[in-house]
Amino acid sequence: MIQRADHNLNEYVTALIGGQLFGLPILRVQDVFAPERLTAVPLSPPEVAGVLNLRGRIVTLIDMRCRLGLGSRDDGQQSMAIGVESRGESYGLLIDSVGEVLKLDNRAWEPNPSNLDARLASVSTGIYRLDSQLLMVLDVDRVLDITVKVAA
Amino acid sequence: MDDLLREFVTETNESLDVVDVELVRFEQDPNNAKILDNIFRLVHTIKGTCGFLGLPRLEALAHAAETLMGKFRDGAPASSEAVTLILVTIDRIKTILESLETDQREPEGTDTDLIISLERMVERIGAGGAQPGRQAAGAPQVRDGGAPARGVVPGDHEGESRAGAAEGGSERAAKAASGAVEPGGKDDEAAKSVNQTIRVTVDTLEQLMTMVSELVLTRNQLLEIVRRHEESEFKAPLQRLSNVTAELQEGVMKTRMQPIGNAWQKLPRIVRDLSNELGKKIELEMQGADTELDRQVLDLIKDPLTHMVRNSADHGLESPDERRAAGKPEHGLIRLSAYHEGGYIIIRVADDGRGLDTERIKAKAVAQGLVSESDVEKLPEAQIHKFIFSPGFSTAARITSVSGRGVGMDVVRNNIDQIGGTIDVKSVAGAGLSFTIKIPLTLAIVAALIVEAGGHRFAIPQLSVVELVRARGEGEHRIERIKDTRVLRLRDKLLPLVSLRHLFGLANDVDDINGGYIVVTQVGSQSFGIVVDGVFHTEEIVVKPMSSKLRHIAMFSGNTILGDGSVIMIIDPNGVAQAFGTNVASQLAAVEASEAKPAAAVGGATTSLLVFRAGSMQPKAVPLSLITRLEEIDARKIELSNGRHMVQYRGHLMPLISIGENVRVKGEGAQPLLVFSDGSRSMAIVVDEIVDIVDDNLDIQVASDTPGVLGSAVVRGQATEIIDVGHFLPLAFEDWFRRKEPQVQHRPRSVLLVDDSPFFLNMLTPVLQAAGYSVTACASARDALTLLAEGRPFDVAITDIEMPDMNGFEFAEAVRADPRTADLPIIALSSVVSPEAIERGRRVGFHDYVAKFDRQGLIAALKEQTGVVQAA
Repeated sequence: MIQRADHNLNEYVTALIGGQLFGLPILRVQDVFAPERLTAVPLSPPEVAGVLNLRGRIVTLIDMRCRLGLGSRDDGQQSMAIGVESRGESYGLLIDSVGEVLKLDNRAWEPNPSNLDARLASVSTGIYRLDSQLLMVLDVDRVLDITVKVAA
Repeated sequence: MDDLLREFVTETNESLDVVDVELVRFEQDPNNAKILDNIFRLVHTIKGTCGFLGLPRLEALAHAAETLMGKFRDGAPASSEAVTLILVTIDRIKTILESLETDQREPEGTDTDLIISLERMVERIGAGGAQPGRQAAGAPQVRDGGAPARGVVPGDHEGESRAGAAEGGSERAAKAASGAVEPGGKDDEAAKSVNQTIRVTVDTLEQLMTMVSELVLTRNQLLEIVRRHEESEFKAPLQRLSNVTAELQEGVMKTRMQPIGNAWQKLPRIVRDLSNELGKKIELEMQGADTELDRQVLDLIKDPLTHMVRNSADHGLESPDERRAAGKPEHGLIRLSAYHEGGYIIIRVADDGRGLDTERIKAKAVAQGLVSESDVEKLPEAQIHKFIFSPGFSTAARITSVSGRGVGMDVVRNNIDQIGGTIDVKSVAGAGLSFTIKIPLTLAIVAALIVEAGGHRFAIPQLSVVELVRARGEGEHRIERIKDTRVLRLRDKLLPLVSLRHLFGLANDVDDINGGYIVVTQVGSQSFGIVVDGVFHTEEIVVKPMSSKLRHIAMFSGNTILGDGSVIMIIDPNGVAQAFGTNVASQLAAVEASEAKPAAAVGGATTSLLVFRAGSMQPKAVPLSLITRLEEIDARKIELSNGRHMVQYRGHLMPLISIGENVRVKGEGAQPLLVFSDGSRSMAIVVDEIVDIVDDNLDIQVASDTPGVLGSAVVRGQATEIIDVGHFLPLAFEDWFRRKEPQVQHRPRSVLLVDDSPFFLNMLTPVLQAAGYSVTACASARDALTLLAEGRPFDVAITDIEMPDMNGFEFAEAVRADPRTADLPIIALSSVVSPEAIERGRRVGFHDYVAKFDRQGLIAALKEQTGVVQAA
């Protein structure tokens, strides 16, 4: 992954989800948008918030709160979405709000603490110690690895 | 140079594919000079071009192969060995081409081994025959096939067209001047046809298609906007834009169409190699190779088809010895066919080999835990055969180099699923196996009906929509409820209904479906109604594949962007049909059994049963397929006439029959009725309450002595009396047929039942089953003969006399004529029992003659006939 590369600095798009700061490798981020006209998909996995049309492409929106087990949102604010691509498909990661782009030094990186919630640990590649808080690095592919229960 | 090289590689690859096919044809038909000319020309072209591009390895190989083929042209016999050698050479050329494609240059290495073999072969053939004949053969374009090192071989059009058009032109002129003999003329023809096509990369076409898709979407958006404004000056030009878009779309779609033969091209070669390798004699028959379909679809089915043909050759077909022993021709046959049907293309891969090994599939399915040991015995054969599509399922006992390498039918099925197709398997032990694949013509753009349910909009592909019906509380189209199952009365038929709201869990108040719409949908031969809240309009939609996170939802085949910019899901009628569960499947099976060619065994399959109460609390049931309608009439309309209850029904008097003495015809309120019709006659059975429709295995465990009851079966875990409709019919109309209760017989004998009337098939099957026979029902004499010819063993046949196409007498004659079935006892059933008919029956070899309504007589005759066989 990018943060393991030899460069000293890695760039992350930061996102706030359920009060926790997350970072997504900037090279994986296509765009940031406010989701509109979301179409819910009946019978879909709970993580899938729905699908929408983003400039002619059909984007599958993943509810990150649900994906990370952070409870549902009730403050009534407009959610944002970070557009990513995986295996030729477009996804939007539904987040509470998007933050600034951070350039972070490799040396501030640490592996996940061993007592981290398993659900979070399964999608995170490590943690950066920022001055005021911790930033969790999300692995886009693992976030999108939603186990689909095949209906009989 | 790059472009040139790339073009060369593509072109040569295509040429080689043709050479492959042609060589196999040539081997079978060595005297066909035309085929040889064609091959020769292609190889020659390759050789010439290689020289021009400076590809020495390819050139040397092509040259050696050409020399050998020259010998064939001179009349040397084309031995299988020689052809194999050339095929190997072509494979080597392909390998080199591959690395040429990736590395832009020929790979290291030499081909001396092959070249030496080729030269030896030339010498050997040369020693045997007309050696110097090459020049004598005098093809003008081959001034010297051996011009080795230097580029443009005169007469080589491909080389020339690159070297410069002028040169090519002069060459052609020169050839004409030299009084070009036949082959030259052909070349000109080829050149002409080449000029009418241009080569476009697939990417370009794909891109074009994407753009057209976007254009269609945009057009839809504009149409949507204009629809909202009554008076708009945009209307007319937009209409024109719309038409042009439609035509453009059609045009672009056409460019993507390719004959399915392209996917078959490699098969003759594969089959040839396999037959050599396996020591089998295999004939490959291909029909409908020019059937066109979308290239995207084509790409996806190419591998599955190849796999299935390999399977047929390797596992399906027997060795010549085995075939001879089984009384079959030594040559095994693999038949590929393709044709259009509706918006679909049907592809069939069939062989006349040994068929699937049902026992082994059973054992494997149980071993893999796909089904329990006790259940597997109850499954019909067709269902068992479907296990071969399960992941990791291979019954090949040994792994050959040909198949059984872990790539199984599950992969084939996956590929076909991906493109919204279906695959079905039919196997007859000892007679062969056939796969039928049904795939949509194109994946890109379809017309769809936009509907609404529970506040969501969905698209239903127009292809499977038969009609739209408005559901009303009263009147012709009424939705009726039988416990949780809802049905619609539509033109004398009961149509099962499924509500989208319910299906998608969007239902808050499930009850309110009256007032909604019913989309009557057809999947295969099965019809059902999809209940929706509203219907908007039809729209051409661009099908976009579903996200991989949603693809597991069988209800949807894809999604699309509507004119208003929102995304909606496209409903897959196949998936909805599956949601009906076994209901639809079993009805499908029943329909197929009654109308399709190879009759399916009726026993073992689940049957839809109508469960009701009449006279007692114990549930009673009757096969749903026998019932024409369910009615609820006002009790006051029931009249008493001549001591019998009657009701005026559709202009006729319909007699009402009670089951047992405890069932009273109601004096007031609504009286539920089960209506049975045959032709113009109807009768109704009076019941207290209709309980439910269930699918269950109709396995009559305890036969009954009570008149009107076939016996008891466990339905939904409850002991249920299965009502013998046949008992009640003659109570209504004496000539319907007369009945006495069946005699119980415990020997499981197999009966082949032939009758063109589905009503009687449905009627007699449970009766015979109750009497302890296993019944195979056939809707026509020809089907029955097919089954017999396939070697299905039967103890006795029962046939109707009056049947269209082939009557009972002719059937009997045909059975007697075949030595294998000459001894099969045949019992004739007829409503006409005249002395003449009986006499004719004796002559053609009926063992017994029973009146259609005399079921006791029939059971007695069966007993006698099967007893005789047993004694014999």
